[in-house]
Amino acid sequence: MTATQDFTPQIPNQAEEVEQLHRSWRHPRGVLGWLSYTTHQAIGTRYIITAFIMLLTGGAEALLMRTQLARPNNGFLSPDRYNEIFTTHGTTMMFLFAVPMMEGMAIYLVPLMCGTRNVAFPRLNAFGYWMFLFGVLFLYWGVFTNAAPDVGWFAYPPLSGPQFTPGKRTDYWAQMITFTEVSALCVATEIIATIFKMRAPGMSLNRMPLYVWSLLIQSFMVIFAMPAVVIASSYLLSDRTVATQFVNPAEGGDPILYQHVFWFFGHPEVYIIFIPALGFVSAIVVAHARREIFGYTAMVLAQIANGFIAFGLWVHHMFATGLPQIGEAYFTASSMMIAITSGVQIFCWLATLWTGRPRLTTALHFIYGFLVIFVVGGLTGVVLASVPLDWQVHDTYFVVAHFHYVLIGGALFPLFGAFYHWFPKITGRMMDEKIGRLNFWVLFIGFNLTFFPMHIQGLMGMPRRVYTYPAEMGWGPLNFIETIGAYIIGIGGILFIANVVSSHRSGRIAGNNPWDADSLEWATASPPENYNFEYLPVATSRYPLWVDRSERAFVTGLRNDRREALVTTLMDAEPHHRYVFPASSIWPFITAIAVTIGFAGSVFNPWYIVWGSVLSGLALVGWFWPRGDSEAES
Amino acid sequence: MKRAAVPAFALSVLYGCAWHQQSALNPGGPQAAKIDTLWWSFFWLLGVIFIIVMTVLLLTLTGRRANMEREALEVTHKASPQTESQTRRIVTGATIITILILFVLIVASVGTGKAIADLGFKKNPLTIQVTGNQWWWEIQYINGDASQTLVTANEMHIPVGRPVQILGQSQDVIHSFWVPNLHGKRDLIPSRTTNEWIEADQPGAYRGQCAEFCGLQHAHMALWVIAEPEDRFDAWMRAQLQPAASPSTQETIRGQQVFLNNACVFCHQIRGTTAGGQNAPDLTHFGSRRGIAANTVPNTKGNLAGWIVDPQSMKPGNHMATIAVNSTDLQPLVDYLESLK
Amino acid sequence: MRIAASAIIITLLGLTGCQREKRDIRPSPADLAIYGDAAKESTLRPGGPVTPQPVVNNPYNASSYDISEGQRLFNWYNCSGCHANGGGGIGPPLIKKEWTYGGEPANIFDTIVKGRPNGMPSWGGRIPAYQIWQIVAYVRSMNGEQPTSATPTRADTIQTNPQNLVNRVSGQTK
Repeated sequence: MTATQDFTPQIPNQAEEVEQLHRSWRHPRGVLGWLSYTTHQAIGTRYIITAFIMLLTGGAEALLMRTQLARPNNGFLSPDRYNEIFTTHGTTMMFLFAVPMMEGMAIYLVPLMCGTRNVAFPRLNAFGYWMFLFGVLFLYWGVFTNAAPDVGWFAYPPLSGPQFTPGKRTDYWAQMITFTEVSALCVATEIIATIFKMRAPGMSLNRMPLYVWSLLIQSFMVIFAMPAVVIASSYLLSDRTVATQFVNPAEGGDPILYQHVFWFFGHPEVYIIFIPALGFVSAIVVAHARREIFGYTAMVLAQIANGFIAFGLWVHHMFATGLPQIGEAYFTASSMMIAITSGVQIFCWLATLWTGRPRLTTALHFIYGFLVIFVVGGLTGVVLASVPLDWQVHDTYFVVAHFHYVLIGGALFPLFGAFYHWFPKITGRMMDEKIGRLNFWVLFIGFNLTFFPMHIQGLMGMPRRVYTYPAEMGWGPLNFIETIGAYIIGIGGILFIANVVSSHRSGRIAGNNPWDADSLEWATASPPENYNFEYLPVATSRYPLWVDRSERAFVTGLRNDRREALVTTLMDAEPHHRYVFPASSIWPFITAIAVTIGFAGSVFNPWYIVWGSVLSGLALVGWFWPRGDSEAES
Repeated sequence: MKRAAVPAFALSVLYGCAWHQQSALNPGGPQAAKIDTLWWSFFWLLGVIFIIVMTVLLLTLTGRRANMEREALEVTHKASPQTESQTRRIVTGATIITILILFVLIVASVGTGKAIADLGFKKNPLTIQVTGNQWWWEIQYINGDASQTLVTANEMHIPVGRPVQILGQSQDVIHSFWVPNLHGKRDLIPSRTTNEWIEADQPGAYRGQCAEFCGLQHAHMALWVIAEPEDRFDAWMRAQLQPAASPSTQETIRGQQVFLNNACVFCHQIRGTTAGGQNAPDLTHFGSRRGIAANTVPNTKGNLAGWIVDPQSMKPGNHMATIAVNSTDLQPLVDYLESLK
Repeated sequence: MRIAASAIIITLLGLTGCQREKRDIRPSPADLAIYGDAAKESTLRPGGPVTPQPVVNNPYNASSYDISEGQRLFNWYNCSGCHANGGGGIGPPLIKKEWTYGGEPANIFDTIVKGRPNGMPSWGGRIPAYQIWQIVAYVRSMNGEQPTSATPTRADTIQTNPQNLVNRVSGQTK
């Protein structure tokens, strides 16, 4: 078992150097100190915990909806309340859970996998988290003051416009988008910079773990997709707050333009969520099938192709608006192309599992669950790509079934797999495998019980987003089954939390590399120290922990009395220069508050944009104030 | 999927349901029939693919093909070159097959789309303008002769075997016209006119429902399409073009007065009376329709009385005014409206 | 802890928004009354002595939903036929400071119920009180007498027929 050994070299004054490292990476104390953390483990954990709370919130909203729909003509929720809840559910899951969760995992894992000490811009990273948190609080402030958005997570005008949705509900929604946009763009920037410039020496692009590849692609997608939704939500928000006419059909504005811009973001958004999940799958399959990935190059190219094609098929959300036939043919073809690139990846995983020695851990259970569910979702996606079939199933429960199959199957199951896989790294303790397997089966059965019948229901004519339905339509029995399934999923969630709590307290001690995995994050202590590695590792192979111990190398000569790391070249990761991370700072938090004042206030009075800008400018002066050369500024 | 679908459908039938009246898989016209055929060809093809992939998935758990060697992966983490090249051939083959299948599906899908488009351009079409409102449907039969232009609501009659052009418009927000037994959806978008051709090839009542989220009562925005033979359709049309029947009994005369003296007239029209409101469904032949409140409930005297007295409990948020009607006025009003056959 | 505490504080702050966002979909029976011509006689007279009035509050004041309902009814009941969108036409403008018959909610309510000389019809006895209050709320919003957070910035005045739009646009360019 060579692989469980880490990269700790034996050199003379090691203890002293580690002690120095410890001091320079120590977190500041006290409440203000807590608000000033900039290490990627702390920020990543905060993202993960906040996003997980959002998952639970969104899940509770889903249960409320399922309770209302359990029987026909149910009076559990009023239509107003139901509309608020389904909108908040969609918004929470897409913007406040899925994307931030993937980002949080990336912030935690990417620097470890790249073999460096932090993300490239630690303060920007902290700022991004605070913006995300304030976005969460902003939306849920609305929810608890009866101003939850009620026009769907897509908010099509004119329904979402000033006349048909009076009050501030939609404004809260549109401005929450701005918060999460800022946060997502911060994360994307620093992830790209980290991956391009801070990989361990020797980790050339073709040696990068597939998970890191997936994050690189996802981050570029974020940078190209998010501006579109900023435009869409700005159209809406300025129409509502300062009486512009961007999307008002009566004055020559165009509600269809809004749909185009929204879906130009909205479709890539799905891939932004699920491409990192494909990265989880690759990492888990490799570690638990105990062999190198089959078809590394094909996988990378397929993911890159996925990223490109994702931007060319948004119109399949709009087939019912009426398109010229040539446009229909184009978007059918492009939508089906995504099945090729996804198919290649599935074949490669199957090949890896088939020729490997799969260890049926809980993590791998979730990967098998992913493969079953995601294949169904992919196949129904092919159905939706066909224009004539889409005319029938669009906006019915068939679509609800489809996207829960791809998003829960494609993202949530790999995510749970990832929790079971990386929990030992993050906490230092193993999760309980017995409860884990029970957890998997409860979720798997509950999921299929909830969402499979929805396919049939959609073909039987049940539209989406209805708060109730007449008894004589015959949708009652299926809806009842689905509600039972939803509660089973809820039990699965409780099991997971129980497992986390008890394992965190009394789980088996994990050690550095409990899975005998291949990538660099397993080369250090669990949980890692703030500086990640005592000596930065050198990657001599695509699977650095599976090479023979005698071939391993590490970096020495970095200064330990400040937060220093190595910058390497983009393609081949050759050492280039040393880089000093900025120290902990309260300014990202203060800047986030200033920006929040501007964003939140502008919903009520446009002048807040001005006040917010002035305050943010002042905060940035503090942020960038030079503090002598012991600290470099980011 | 099919195997699960059959018992589910059976279950629904046991409950005595109307699922077949709003089902994409029970076509009542050529457009829906073509989509139905396309669906089943997709279903079987994709079903086979699903079974194959799941079989391979199970095989990864149970073991390998007989002629593949088992390497001691714990040390090398690498499969032998022989295994790799064998696997590569299989994966490449599977990818090529995937591409071919998708190509076939694209051709089938685009071909079906074209065939459906070609169905529209036949001679002697009927043109109906459907206008979406929060939360009801205005149905207008377009005719060059203004006296033959009929406006009604929430119930559309069409002749069997004659193509019908639906011109979709909206008065407020985006709605979507969808009668699954006849055709797929077409959005009704303010300031635009969308276009769809439907046709029924067998008589029957087909239910449709708004499919684009349109606010509080999106759930209760249904319409019936009644397909009937040409002669019965013509008779229906003649009857509907007549102004409302004059009330004949004392009760209905009084009911008419109640109607005309209340806020009803600001929104509803009854041709042949002074009631000329344009904001809500035309009630000229209200008694002949199947449902009340965009088919939220069947059209019975009891439901109608309940609807007039407290519309917000039946369909919370709808735009019908809640008017305090005297108990002595209610029965005549209901009788009058139901007499408008 | 910190998050919970700030959530509580923020929620308390936000409770001020509750009236704005209320959707009183089902009017209370009291608001269903239909007033006849003299049912709600007010002693307010133009130029007459000012006597103290019992304050009658608009139950729908500052509620964004009811203001927008009032806006819809303003068009449905064809108030816009005479008053246009508040600028006046056949009837007097509604965006103004000096009200002939008083500009308080109760005054406007009375004006709608009873009608006024020179063309304002009496709506009492035709439409229910809650709708009149909604129209009152909307009319007051035209004068900025509703919180701006509850008032829409503009209306979606919809031209359903695209041809009209084209005609209008081309008419302007001619």
